[in-house]
Amino acid sequence: MSALILRLRQSSHQRIDMSPFTPERLADMKLSDIVQLPLWQGNQQVACGDLFTLSGDDPQDIVIQSDSDRLDEIGSGMTNGSIHIEGCAGAYLGRSMGGGSLSVSGDVGIAAGCNMSAGTLTIAGNAGDLLGGAITGERQGMRGGKILVKGNTGDRAGDQMRRGTILISGNAGDYCASRMIAGTLVVLGEAGAKTGLAMRRGTLLLSQEPVSLPATFNDNGKHNLNFLTLLTRSFQDQAGFSDMWERGSRVQRWLGDLGCDGKGEILVWC
Amino acid sequence: MIINGTEIEETFAEAFGMAATRIIITAINPRWARIAGETMTGFATSVIGCGVEAGIESEIPPEASPDGRPGVSVLLFGMSGKALAKHLENRVGQCVLTCPTTALFSGMSGEKRIPLGKNLRFFGDGYQIAKQIAGSRYWRVPVMDGEFLCEETTARVPAVGGGNFLVLAETQLQALTACEKAIEAMLHLPNVIMPFPGGIVRSGSKVGSKYKALMASTNEAYCPTLRGLVKSKLDPTIMSVMEIVINGIGEDDVRLATRVGIQAVCELGAPAGIRRISAGNYGGKLGQFKFHLREVMA
Repeated sequence: MSALILRLRQSSHQRIDMSPFTPERLADMKLSDIVQLPLWQGNQQVACGDLFTLSGDDPQDIVIQSDSDRLDEIGSGMTNGSIHIEGCAGAYLGRSMGGGSLSVSGDVGIAAGCNMSAGTLTIAGNAGDLLGGAITGERQGMRGGKILVKGNTGDRAGDQMRRGTILISGNAGDYCASRMIAGTLVVLGEAGAKTGLAMRRGTLLLSQEPVSLPATFNDNGKHNLNFLTLLTRSFQDQAGFSDMWERGSRVQRWLGDLGCDGKGEILVWC
Repeated sequence: MIINGTEIEETFAEAFGMAATRIIITAINPRWARIAGETMTGFATSVIGCGVEAGIESEIPPEASPDGRPGVSVLLFGMSGKALAKHLENRVGQCVLTCPTTALFSGMSGEKRIPLGKNLRFFGDGYQIAKQIAGSRYWRVPVMDGEFLCEETTARVPAVGGGNFLVLAETQLQALTACEKAIEAMLHLPNVIMPFPGGIVRSGSKVGSKYKALMASTNEAYCPTLRGLVKSKLDPTIMSVMEIVINGIGEDDVRLATRVGIQAVCELGAPAGIRRISAGNYGGKLGQFKFHLREVMA
């Protein structure tokens, strides 16, 4: 069997809802059926074959070839298999993802990995706002799994994140880890203004001091935290993050946000 | 069978099914890891009076430990999973949580889980922090020397307890020296512990007693001071008997440890006053596992 490959025929002005394309939803479907699969393009339903050229026959291994930022909800709700995007992706990439592997070679839009509960989401380019965050109407962001971003992210990465791990190799925008409930977020570049605003619990690990912290964070001093050895060692097989363990386990620690529980921690390697 | 002048008796050791777990204790240096291990395995010689049988299995170098610090591996054996869980929590709570610089990890994988830090975390009084790392859950409990890191659960597995052999010697010192040599050799083996003091028992027991309250009492057949009074199993040349009890994760582990131990004793052999090797059993009626000495040494 060979990977099921979807190549976008031409750029679309309208947004296309790609949520039907997950390994489990396409399981047991023949290529002739997949071609007929209706997809929402704007406010109209269009047959998949009219938007994409399709080849291959393994729905457990899906490859999407597109440079469009209009393909939304790729991998939404997927629980197994793998999807690889050669190019860019739109909004809500991997939304409510419950397992499997989702990767993108380029940039992605807003709210990638929002509400995901398991699996691995790898973004080689940049990510938009609300990475692993909670979208409007949801009370929790990411609830499990792992997100790796090789580039930069927009604002509010990890907003209301409840569990799981986000690794950002580049810079994070403003309000990083805002309203964070729990989980672990690592930024190897620079984090923006008001980092950790309204953070309740959870760990934000930074390689350098953020642009600014809310006034409601308290200095907790410098500490050797043993768990960091385990944490950084667990990323040894992740390209781009494999040498994190060399930074050691000594960190400057801030506790906050004291405006709401104050049990979150922002750690900066010394 | 005779090895180096020492007779290997035609008998067998009788062992029982137990539940076992392994935990890893790390600390700032090997000394403190060992102190924690020794403290939590103290008073853990026999399930009869201690609840569990426990011992340090091995030392763990920093490069092989979960958090990159030196550590020790500890094995605990209980008569049931429930008893094991209860005593494990008590011991790590009183002896590892309290010991400076330590951290505590599961040393065993398996589906049957028992609490490790699951309830210890409440010592944190609400300030404890959970961390999910590489599929395992850990607790970070704030303590006065920093932070106590503890894995939430460990696994338990079926195991074998009560493997044993007896060393019958001409003098007390000769029996002790031979047993010490055996223990030295056995300590290098994985998956086994010898839970008694220094690995050696001088008060081997039989089941029952003339006193109804006691479930075990002295094994008079092997007591040199009762020779002539009871039906003794000691000939006149034997003046001291010591026993090595072995608990292991698997039957093969106990068998190998028995062989290594007896081999070490027999290297001293008759010239060092070691007359005979025997074993403790209950007629084969109670234990699930039998280790025939001559088969083990074949």
